[in-house]
Amino acid sequence: MDKVINDFSIIVGTKNGSGSQTANNTILRAIFKMGIPVSGKNLFPSNIQGLPTWYTIRASKDGFLARREEQEVVIAMNPDSFARDLASVTPGGAFYYADDIKQPITRADIAVYAMPVKQIVRNDKTIPNDFRDLVGNMVYVGTLAHMINLDLGKIEAALQFHFKGKQKPIDMNMNIVQAGMEWAKATLEKKDPFVLEPMNKTDGLIMADGNTAAAIGSIFGGAQFVSWYPITPASSLAEAVSDYMPMLRKREDGKLTYAVVQAEDELAAIGMAIGAGWSGLRAMTSTSGPGLSLMTEFAGLAYYAEVPVVVWDVQRIGPSTGLPTRTSQADLTFVYNIGHGDTQSIILLPGNVNECFELGWKAFDVAERLQTPVFVLSDLDMGMNQWMSKPFEYPDQRMDRGKVLWEKDLEELKGNWGRYLDKDGDGIPYRTIPGNKHPLSSYFMRGTGHDEYARYTEDSSVFLHNMERLKKKFETAKQYLPKPVTYMSEGAKIGIIAYGSTEAAINEARVQLERDHDMQTSFLRVRAVPFTTEVDEFIRAHDQIGVVEMNRDGQLHQLLTLAYPEAAMKFRSVAYGDGMPASARWVREGLLATISRAVKADPAEEEMQPTVSLGAAEEDVVPEGVK
Amino acid sequence: MSQSLPMAGMPANSNLVGLTKHDYRGNPTTLCAGCGHNSISNQIIAAMYEMNVLPENVLKFSGIGCSSKSPTYFMNRTFGFNSLHGRMPSIATGGLFGDHTLKGIAVSGDGDTASIGMGQFKHIMRRNVNMVYIVENNGVYGLTKGQFSATAEHGLHLKKQGTNPYMPIDICMEAVISNATFIARSFAGNAKQVKELIKAAYAHKGLAVLDIISPCVTFNNNEDAHYSYPWGKEHESPLHDLTYIPPRNEIMLEAELKEGEVREVTMHDGSVIVLKNLEKNHDPTNRLEAFRVLEEGQRNNWLATGLIYISTDKPTLAETYNLVDTPLNRLADADLRPAPEMIQKINDLMF
Repeated sequence: MDKVINDFSIIVGTKNGSGSQTANNTILRAIFKMGIPVSGKNLFPSNIQGLPTWYTIRASKDGFLARREEQEVVIAMNPDSFARDLASVTPGGAFYYADDIKQPITRADIAVYAMPVKQIVRNDKTIPNDFRDLVGNMVYVGTLAHMINLDLGKIEAALQFHFKGKQKPIDMNMNIVQAGMEWAKATLEKKDPFVLEPMNKTDGLIMADGNTAAAIGSIFGGAQFVSWYPITPASSLAEAVSDYMPMLRKREDGKLTYAVVQAEDELAAIGMAIGAGWSGLRAMTSTSGPGLSLMTEFAGLAYYAEVPVVVWDVQRIGPSTGLPTRTSQADLTFVYNIGHGDTQSIILLPGNVNECFELGWKAFDVAERLQTPVFVLSDLDMGMNQWMSKPFEYPDQRMDRGKVLWEKDLEELKGNWGRYLDKDGDGIPYRTIPGNKHPLSSYFMRGTGHDEYARYTEDSSVFLHNMERLKKKFETAKQYLPKPVTYMSEGAKIGIIAYGSTEAAINEARVQLERDHDMQTSFLRVRAVPFTTEVDEFIRAHDQIGVVEMNRDGQLHQLLTLAYPEAAMKFRSVAYGDGMPASARWVREGLLATISRAVKADPAEEEMQPTVSLGAAEEDVVPEGVK
Repeated sequence: MSQSLPMAGMPANSNLVGLTKHDYRGNPTTLCAGCGHNSISNQIIAAMYEMNVLPENVLKFSGIGCSSKSPTYFMNRTFGFNSLHGRMPSIATGGLFGDHTLKGIAVSGDGDTASIGMGQFKHIMRRNVNMVYIVENNGVYGLTKGQFSATAEHGLHLKKQGTNPYMPIDICMEAVISNATFIARSFAGNAKQVKELIKAAYAHKGLAVLDIISPCVTFNNNEDAHYSYPWGKEHESPLHDLTYIPPRNEIMLEAELKEGEVREVTMHDGSVIVLKNLEKNHDPTNRLEAFRVLEEGQRNNWLATGLIYISTDKPTLAETYNLVDTPLNRLADADLRPAPEMIQKINDLMF
């Protein structure tokens, strides 16, 4: 049997709350430390204890980190999901299970290994009763150590990290790993081809989750005020701010340069952040869709009143119960027009953990420069899962505090200034900050009814003038926003536009499309809305553009169509949202289904022939008489 | 920037920080003539002037409603934020973090506080934000033309709304329950008491709730209502033609209430409300006593006025956070962005 080396997926089926996370992260980290590109995804229910939960780990010598539908190595620890887990093994794959699960093995096309989990744990008399189930998960880590060559030293390094060097839990877990490994060595005969071999492809990389990266990035951005309300999958972002602030902003006098407030709800969370932004602090809040729904009125107020504030939206499926712990990219159009009345939002779109850090600090610069709310859209997959990443890089730009007038500035101006006066012609006014002691510094902040000097008015022409300035500010914004990331294939006429965490799946799909379908594609990942000029150029350079995203309605496709109506015919929506992280397969199949291949054969004909999706659209046209 | 101090050449009527009463004024009011809210604005102006407060050291906050408009009508030299309906407390909580040396003065109404804003009202008390929280309480929605508010009495009859079927919310009682550190009640027409309580509230370190009964001259107009300026039969019909609001004089007490005094205050049409000033021996540091006087008022159908409760030993929110002495919004970039060498430390902390 030929070995399959460093190119397979492992999935572990356990019960939620059974402590399997330590074991699963240990496998993930050990593979990473072996130098093998790896990704891990927690597919968990909305539940504290008891419901089935899965953890997928993909080792990929080629560096593909997206979720795969196929799973070659399956570990079943949960009787409730046993039958489903058994059925999910790829033919020729390996199935490990805890032997206290007494259910029929119905497959002959896979290698099956029963692990005496309870027995191995019982044999270790040093383990207190309470910990037996918890450390029992280490049996499969030890079994894999022998069966797939998971390096024992790297497992220990992972546990050292996990338990922050605390020897007692490290030893307790390592003992079980070793016992599992020795049992496997003495008992099991390898009947499947899946093994690991050390590589050097993770040198210089770190492993982190997006929420932690966003929190640390925000701290490097000078975050001063964070108000938040607990919500999955965003809670760990604000919690990480609290975790890392003491170290990163330590002062000799022990006093704090920041405040983190857990608010009573999301209404208060964003209200506090806007209050703090108004009074000159780098203020942020973090939430997910349901929280963002509650923040809508305040977001609109901040747009009209022109208050800088950063709002992280770690997207999930919503609303209410059902799939709140599954990933999604379905808040884009909602956020773009968040707030009642005419609004346009500045949106930043990190595509990986490293960018969560980068946009974490940049978001404050953009918000204060433009004096408007800045929304940063991450998602559950990026935010909560561990990803390989380039190390974080120190900000390469100084902090941009925007147009602020302090006492000496007002003295120079002889107090002659207007809060909403477009002095520079770029749509961005100057602001003063509470606490300014100049007698002419103050103004009374309101929503819509203010003139250039922040005086109350309900005058229509003043309102219109102000709305035009806000529109101009939105145009000005483009120069301050992060540019897209592009992957160009020479001569490719087919483009892909996407954002966020789908990048891994898209780049893998592009390799498959070129290799198996002779389809060359270029790829642009947008990192901000409004779209910057690079997006214009990319659209011009391609005949057909697949817009790939994790939602039902093609929200990025909608925004592109609005922004580039003349190019609307080029866009093909490849939208799919089932709560699972994107896989190369659905990207590939989605593109194959929507991109017209006839174009390649005869480009001249393209002008004449409606594409697949356009053809469908034309059939939908209702005859006039029917209206 | 040098601070204004009294000096030769200053107007004779300037206070200790060299300002005249005019420096504390706001824009002309756009509320109805005779509205109790205007009287409260005037007492804020007087109190700040008399306390020698620099307007730049104050932040004004409000939500939405008639009451929330009133910060426009006092202290033009003070930064202010007219926010959203029921959400003033969160804006104020965040806003006051910008510079912990500033003090907040917030004006809200019974709808803004006791209905849509009940949650934020309760939580700002919990946090003891350093702010005067005035509720201009009239038991009715003015700007949307006369619906019941949550503080309206059970059984109150309004011509368009019918009879109020619900029990009222007592703002002071809510404040006692929520561990507010300063709780007082007054009547807009009792100018001297309003001013003295504003001064005491401003001097208080922490959140001071001031429930000021401020009758709606236009909508809460029925006889026997706590919050009313009834009009008399001959005015009732034209009143509900909302295109015309006849000007009225504000009702002011002729003489200050003495301690323990119960006084009936006669309204324009001869109907009355009953105020009961707290007894001299009322101990405002005793929370149980605070409950008792409020409960007693409910049983006797009177409104206890005066300083109901005060606690001076609780830290303010800013104190709880152990902030640096420099206001957060004056910190330099170097205080906010960690040093370059910290990036390596952070990367080393990742796996």
